[in-house]
Amino acid sequence: MGSGQREQFDNPVIEWVDSRLPVFTLMQREYGVFPTPRNFNYFWNFGAIAMVMLILMIVTGIVLAMHYTADVEKSFSAVERIMREVNGGWLIRYMHMNGASFFFIAVYIHIFRGMYYGSYKKPRELLWILGVVIFLLMMATAFIGYVLPWGQMSLWGATVITNLFSAIPLVGDSIVTLLWGGFSVDNPTLTRFFALHYLLPFVIFAVVFLHVWALHVTGSNNPLGIDTKGPQDTLPFHPYYTMKDTFGILVFLIFFAIAVFYFPNALGHPDNYIPADPLVTPAHIVPEWYFLPFYAILRAITFDISIPFTEITIISAKLGGVIAMFGSIGLWFILPWLDSHPIRSARFRPLYRTFLLILLADFVFLGYVGSQSADATLFGIPLSLLGLIATAYYFIYFIAILPWLSRNEKGRDLPNSIHEAVLEKENKKMSPEAAE
Amino acid sequence: MSTDNADDKSRRDFLQMTGAAFGAVGTVAFAAPLINSLNPAKDTLALATTEVDVSTIPVGEAKTVMWRGKPVFIKHRTPEEIEEARSVDISDLPDKESDEDRVKKEEWLVVIGICTHLGCVPVGQKQSDARGDYDGWFCPCHGSHYDTSARIRKGPAPKNLKVPPYEFVSDTVIKIG
Amino acid sequence: MIKRLIPVLAVLPLLLIMVVPQAEAAGDQKTAPHQHWHFSGPFGTYDRDALQRGYLVYRQVCSACHSMKRVAFRNLSDMGYNEAQIKAIASEYNVADGPDEEGEMFDRPARPSDYFPSPFPNKNAAKAANGGAYPPDLSLITKARHHGADYIYALLTGYEEPPEDKKLLAGQYYNPYMAGHVIAMAPPLSDGMVAYSDESPMTTEQYAKDVSEFLAWAAEPEMERRKQLGIQVLLFLAAFAAIMYGIKKKIWSDVH
Repeated sequence: MGSGQREQFDNPVIEWVDSRLPVFTLMQREYGVFPTPRNFNYFWNFGAIAMVMLILMIVTGIVLAMHYTADVEKSFSAVERIMREVNGGWLIRYMHMNGASFFFIAVYIHIFRGMYYGSYKKPRELLWILGVVIFLLMMATAFIGYVLPWGQMSLWGATVITNLFSAIPLVGDSIVTLLWGGFSVDNPTLTRFFALHYLLPFVIFAVVFLHVWALHVTGSNNPLGIDTKGPQDTLPFHPYYTMKDTFGILVFLIFFAIAVFYFPNALGHPDNYIPADPLVTPAHIVPEWYFLPFYAILRAITFDISIPFTEITIISAKLGGVIAMFGSIGLWFILPWLDSHPIRSARFRPLYRTFLLILLADFVFLGYVGSQSADATLFGIPLSLLGLIATAYYFIYFIAILPWLSRNEKGRDLPNSIHEAVLEKENKKMSPEAAE
Repeated sequence: MSTDNADDKSRRDFLQMTGAAFGAVGTVAFAAPLINSLNPAKDTLALATTEVDVSTIPVGEAKTVMWRGKPVFIKHRTPEEIEEARSVDISDLPDKESDEDRVKKEEWLVVIGICTHLGCVPVGQKQSDARGDYDGWFCPCHGSHYDTSARIRKGPAPKNLKVPPYEFVSDTVIKIG
Repeated sequence: MIKRLIPVLAVLPLLLIMVVPQAEAAGDQKTAPHQHWHFSGPFGTYDRDALQRGYLVYRQVCSACHSMKRVAFRNLSDMGYNEAQIKAIASEYNVADGPDEEGEMFDRPARPSDYFPSPFPNKNAAKAANGGAYPPDLSLITKARHHGADYIYALLTGYEEPPEDKKLLAGQYYNPYMAGHVIAMAPPLSDGMVAYSDESPMTTEQYAKDVSEFLAWAAEPEMERRKQLGIQVLLFLAAFAAIMYGIKKKIWSDVH
């Protein structure tokens, strides 16, 4: 970064700075003239949108931290004081609260776009892996942040999730005690969660930087999934994509504003407006919506795995659930090698496309299962069974279907170049008019 | 498809200017509530006035009350102390103020108990305290001496102890703030 | 085009089932029917008269057991009371203060800056005085329950005779809107128990309606400002987005 050829700037101040520290050259190269495929669709907006949400979360979060107190006796009241007494505090908190949800919406769409168009494939494997790291860090940050208001769901959500670690053989209980800093989720847990909740967003920011860096080494993928072959396939990032991204961001922010101003609590749970009480467990503990599919996978494993014909349990149901849940995201790390098909974009792989869309539906359905109580039924079928089937599809998709498709799916013919494909599309659009 | 004629260009420039203006306005509008949230909150402002019943303070004694997080000295002055404060030649003072301008009722002196030098709390509220060379208050941090009207007489402090806004709601109740 | 719709069609039924069985899964608890509120909708505001009546009901009935410790007397200005009225209302209550110079705690009349005094000194005292059931603080109650004000109204007006097979203990009452149908609060409202100074009917329904609106205000005092600001922000964002769409289209017209 920074070495190599540099062009002079006309403005003497910019030139003075740039000749000593070429930040303007860097910006110009990476965001000004950066060659970007010309055929992006609106799914390519969500990286920029996620970036905006991350910044929004950090900015509002820092201000909230100035008004917050991490103490089991005071946190709930401190948050209510923000809502009632601090000037515009309700706005800042509602932006932060709903911002988390909208950050996840943007990132989920971003991830699915990556899967649909094969953006994880060679040479972008590391770019994808860094993305998965960001997602994991986001989940940790969001989970910890939900504990800070110290409502009923904060306390009991934290209790349930930290107890997951007790499933680890031998050292599990010691790990949980270490996480808590006591014998239950209590003041030491809250204060350390606050410290981590302040730290992790900056770690996310650092990994985002690496993610963008890696992106700028390989260049962006595109809806056709074929490599750019020259200047006729690309456009400079500015103004084409800066303006398109700004438009996309604004449309996204409109939905965000509707949530903040008119449905600020729709994505939350009413129980979190009840102060935490270690003596009363809520009737129905549910995590935030963005964790629901993984929560369903956790709950799907309700059986011990034993050595056949013996009484020896290898993996208890509890440990099995935890392994399945972490494994479901862990698989994303090796996705570039599970799917080694040479064609990237699902547009040219009808079979892959079908199975991927089923996976999307499966994932949404898992989210529904996760939101319901464990003994609920759907059309007379126990949800736990449906959840297990959905979980099975999830794993079969990654472990069996993708490798099988990699070897056996033929796929459609790819266009020669982005340029040709774009021209052809334009011509098709033009032809009815030409006929008139 | 379209030709980039002059009319087109000016329309685009106008649009871009408008877009930039909206961006600037939006950024300011987003930052404003964040910064404004750092101003005193409503509950803080609600405690900005304090009412004190002074009927329990005997002549010659003083009481310290908290107002906006700061100590306020309320002194029930003796006739000698009033006399002492009023007999001073104002032109000799570092910060020229008459005692009459500093009190609403001559036996009651109400001042903010924060030294105007570097913000310490002067001593002299209790009978047993050191009161400095001028029988008022003495700041132990850097040795400022205040008189019986809490005016600076000796030492590094530049100003007299500040008089807060207050009024007598009744003969014995003072509302500060 | 049709091919593009297939994925949408695949996801739609899933979204539907997410909405539909929610009510079933909520269990035996009866869902509170939707009421018309003055504060409903994007332009809704609180009805000042209803708030004042609701506050009267709270003071004369609910406050015997339920605290509202996050609301201060000064907040009553939202409901249209002036400063003198607020001072007068506050001074009807005594609050503990201190310690004084002798180190003793003392009672003094409340000031506008004080929060509503609680009927019990702490949670255990509240439980002990109410047969082991804790009357929850009402400051946030409409946010802390599904269906908010609708739920409060339904609960207050929804007491019924228990079905034959349901055995109730002493101090228990039957209310289908309560989770588990058993509630430790006796039906709190009855016709004519609170004297209104305006023309409003002095019925259980009207009391319940007014106190629900009052509790909604207590939980979300910022609501009017929020909705008003929301309109402004949305108009701004929509205009900004339209301009950016114009710019984007213009720039891209060179490419297509």
